[in-house]
Amino acid sequence: MSFFRVEGAGISFGGVVAVDSVTFEMKRGEVFTIIGPNGAGKTTIFNLIGLIYPASKGRIVFEDRDLTGMSPHQVAELGIARTFQNIELFEHATVLQNLLIGRHRHRRTALWQELLFTPAVRRAEVVQREAVEKVIDFLELAKYRDNLVAGLPYGVRKVVELGRALASEPRLLLLDEPSSGLNPEETDDMAFWIEDIKRHLGVTVLMVEHDMNLVARVSDRVLALNLGASIAEGSPAEVQAHPAVVEAYLGGPA
Amino acid sequence: MRFIFKTDYEQDIRLVKHGGHAFWYGLLGVALLAAPLWASDYVMTQLHFIFIYSIVGFGLMMLTGYTGQISLGHAAFLAVGAYTEALMQNAGVPFVVSITCAALFSGAVGIIVGLPALRLKGIYLAIATLAFNVIVEEIIARWHSLTGGNEGMSVKSLVQNVQVLGYEVQADSQFYYLCLALTVICCLACINLLRSPTGRAFVAIRDSEISASCMGVNLAKYKTMSFAISAALTGIGGALYAHKVAFISPEQFTLFASIELITIVILGGIGFLHGAVLGSVFIIVLPQLISIAKDWLPEGLAPTGLQAIVFGLVLILFIIFEPLGLYGRWLKIRAYLELFPFYRRGMFRRQRAYLKTDRLR
Repeated sequence: MSFFRVEGAGISFGGVVAVDSVTFEMKRGEVFTIIGPNGAGKTTIFNLIGLIYPASKGRIVFEDRDLTGMSPHQVAELGIARTFQNIELFEHATVLQNLLIGRHRHRRTALWQELLFTPAVRRAEVVQREAVEKVIDFLELAKYRDNLVAGLPYGVRKVVELGRALASEPRLLLLDEPSSGLNPEETDDMAFWIEDIKRHLGVTVLMVEHDMNLVARVSDRVLALNLGASIAEGSPAEVQAHPAVVEAYLGGPA
Repeated sequence: MRFIFKTDYEQDIRLVKHGGHAFWYGLLGVALLAAPLWASDYVMTQLHFIFIYSIVGFGLMMLTGYTGQISLGHAAFLAVGAYTEALMQNAGVPFVVSITCAALFSGAVGIIVGLPALRLKGIYLAIATLAFNVIVEEIIARWHSLTGGNEGMSVKSLVQNVQVLGYEVQADSQFYYLCLALTVICCLACINLLRSPTGRAFVAIRDSEISASCMGVNLAKYKTMSFAISAALTGIGGALYAHKVAFISPEQFTLFASIELITIVILGGIGFLHGAVLGSVFIIVLPQLISIAKDWLPEGLAPTGLQAIVFGLVLILFIIFEPLGLYGRWLKIRAYLELFPFYRRGMFRRQRAYLKTDRLR
């Protein structure tokens, strides 16, 4: 049994083939990175996994469960959480509320209980809060806890989004360009966190990333994509040196 | 400036956050409980309407303010609630049963309207709900045998003057306490919902549907739920409305009524329950002010449509100059007073959203 695998998944929009039968497999507890030039179909693969778009062919299998035909919230229920390249936070809510929404898949109370705010709901809220506070400690977000997201700087939002995904206690974490828009120090922090997420929280990470330093530092394995097809797979160093990858980024001999 | 030192997670869940809360809401509560003693008949009637509109405002606020789904057809839910209550009361059903049915039936209709809303967004949803309003109005006007059609129907009065321990309790006061109690109950239910997972899911849908669904929020379920809750609250408001006006006809539930309801939410402050109450006060007081103003205006200068003109103007001015409505204005005043003399003009300027694209939508 494999932890997570994508079998020949593909999608085309009209005549444009965005992703053409990509196949890869992930082991539990590793950091797997997808790299590739712009428009290679990296984010589209994330959207296929998250069922934002239904794949037009192939299968995506998480812990022996076929995700085909599920809706995005069902995928989240299974323990797959993600961040977005362009940050999709709940702008008019505080950092704390954002992280609490991350706990949604752990909710156990019924509507009538919530309308009356019964002691069960009160207890559940405190339990959720404790779980969220762990994430706040982990990502050092304490001083932003009660700030509205709308007023936070970009770098902090990026961390809040990571926190929201972590608050759901995922088993598979999808990070879409975690370092985009971050300065070198923030990128450094992000690298530490990704390593800690893997080592201390034991979460498997699938990442799309452009910053090759970050990729080389945290990834166990790398998959290179170009024009919707995979061109190389292996350790970061192997993939970086692969002729097809060099050609995809720099262009081949004329 | 008040600093709250937090030592317990429960502190963030509590209804009463600090002494100031307890004091001011206590004062308001006492003033409202004692209203039949200090208020004239005229003021009492205005208070009835404020409570009724507040309940409807809570409903619309849950839907528009918190879930981000616009509705231009809420007068239809008001009508469903009002007619259900009127028909059941006239048939002699006890009030507890009839108002529950009004809420449930209205909620059920809300679900039916909510279903197409799952596929519609923004302006398209506005148009669909608008069409729904027109349809309901037509049904009521045509279903003569049940609703009395355009001639309308009268509603049995709910309360009579009674003697309690030798004092005469006015029907008006009884109805006042009923409205007050229902407003408080509805308000508490909304607050409870908003501080629990369902309320957070609503806010998540409002701010970003895509990430809400990626966090495990079932969009279809929660949007429908929001419509149902909103419609049910509006139905309760409608039931009270039917008793208050004692005579209901289709022309009370037109598109203009719906716009009046959405005005409550926008003027009061979208995204705040306080806003629903402030908006209702405003919308009840404004027509009175207009009629006073009419007396001052010279003959012929006061056009017949003055009320609609002023309503429209106020709505536009608020959207341009104070998008957070009366409650937003109050937050700014409070911040000014608390921080005096350190308040800066730009403090509440809205931050630019970073890189928010439609790429994933």
